[in-house]
Amino acid sequence: MGLTGFFLITFLIVHCFINSMIFFNDGGETFNHWGHFMGSNLIVRTMELGLFAFLILHIVQGLILWAQNKAARPVRYAMNKAEKNSKWYSRSMGLLGTLILLFLILHLYHFWVPSRFGGMANVQVLETTTLGGYSNQEAHNLYLAMQQVFQNNLLVVIVYVLGVFSLFWHLLHGFQSAFQTFGINHKRYTPIIKGIGVIYTTVICLLFVLMPVSIYMNWIN
Amino acid sequence: MEHYHMNLTLKVWRQKNTKSKGNFDTYKVKDISSEMSFLEMFDVLNEQLIKEGKLPIAFDHDCREGICGMCSMFINGQPHGPWQQNTTCQLHMRAFKDGDTIVVEPWRSQAFPVVRDLMVDRSAFDRVIQAGGYISVNTGNAVDANAIPIDKKKADEAFMAAACIGCGACVAACPNGSAMLFVGAKISQLSLLPQGDPERESRALNMITQMDKEGFGNCTNVYACEAECPKGISVANIARMNKEYLHAGLGTEEN
Ligand code: HEM
Ligand code: SF4
Ligand code: FES
Repeated sequence: MGLTGFFLITFLIVHCFINSMIFFNDGGETFNHWGHFMGSNLIVRTMELGLFAFLILHIVQGLILWAQNKAARPVRYAMNKAEKNSKWYSRSMGLLGTLILLFLILHLYHFWVPSRFGGMANVQVLETTTLGGYSNQEAHNLYLAMQQVFQNNLLVVIVYVLGVFSLFWHLLHGFQSAFQTFGINHKRYTPIIKGIGVIYTTVICLLFVLMPVSIYMNWIN
Repeated sequence: MEHYHMNLTLKVWRQKNTKSKGNFDTYKVKDISSEMSFLEMFDVLNEQLIKEGKLPIAFDHDCREGICGMCSMFINGQPHGPWQQNTTCQLHMRAFKDGDTIVVEPWRSQAFPVVRDLMVDRSAFDRVIQAGGYISVNTGNAVDANAIPIDKKKADEAFMAAACIGCGACVAACPNGSAMLFVGAKISQLSLLPQGDPERESRALNMITQMDKEGFGNCTNVYACEAECPKGISVANIARMNKEYLHAGLGTEEN
């Protein structure tokens, strides 16, 4: 869980960083440039396979963990004041993960599937000359895709916000948890690690929430 | 501290043996002194049951001074009751007030089967210790206790880990029924010291293998164990155990 979790955490940094290019307010030019770079780069495409492998591994590990831990406590307490000894989100990692997974399916259907399997090519192909650097290649206008998904679509925006909300609590526990799993618990460094975890989680999730919200609200163009 | 008396309603888990189903029974006790311990209150209740010709409630206890770890009771939703860093035998009735209803259950864990009523079988812990919780000692005369110099900080940490009384509250509190605080403490108290060094790798591997065999769950770092441990054992011991396991797993030729 820790190893795969770490990998997913690293992926989120890159993903969030590149998507944040939409906030440049340049009609998505910078974002599309980097989006194209990521989509057309063999190394990145290989890493994408790794990402899916790790995500699936993370989910499989999570399911095994869930099943084993449920079997270890077959009879539940009639009265359990768990809130006195632990955080609700620490106890709800499986539930939060499942919510993230449900969100991910919708998310992949929105962007990844059309971009990889052609649904996007018909409508949103950019001349790469306008992107600079890449000569005579076709690039998907992922920025336009974002606008089409979120503009005038309140329900989708709400689902995205809820998805990121689940991610927030999952990471709030997961970030520090992964260090403990690897045997790192230090009087001086652990409070710092926990602090970085809170900052990381807040920044990433805030940026991710802002993306659909600001497109819907027409804050960026 | 103010001394007072109270009348209480108790909902206690009754179960004939490991196989039977079990259920809650409700009892009333009167005139309980705030200066009694929780177990003394149970003594009063059992006297009452015996007089009424009923079977007394079976519960474990031994030292009644917070050091043996026998008094496993899940009281009002918490192992060893509402007080922090405290055992059931050291829980005093001043933690409750007149008219309270108190729910008492046994530890709930696959690895700790209920023997009767509130008694559970914690011999799974013994088998984990047998799997690796020992050190090699030369035969012949006992060596001088201070012959090996030990860093004060390490000695302190080992001592703090050794404060674990094997009560099982960590397993009882953990939503996963994981024993990793207990096993982490037992591994730490030896691996931190030079005396424990020879078996360091096999100890980590063998104790963790046994822990899994007993049916304890896996740690997901919820940290309920640390919050409920009567001896304040730190989850840093779990991290140390994870590290020992990683080292041993990668480095050893044993399997
Ligand atoms: C964006 C995606 C995700 C990220 C960044 C992420 C990250 C993490 C991290 C860092 C951990 C802690 C590792 C540890 O404690 O050793 C973790 C644990 C866990 N994750 Fe995820 N996760 C993601 C998606 C999912 C999904 C889709 C599921 C689906 C079922 C899931 C289920 C779990 C479970 C059950 C745990 C174990 C509980 C625990 O260790 O406390 N996660 N995750
Ligand atoms: S670690 Fe604490 S709660 Fe667990 S058995 Fe030892 S003393 Fe009891
Ligand atoms: S009876 Fe020994 S610790 Fe409570």
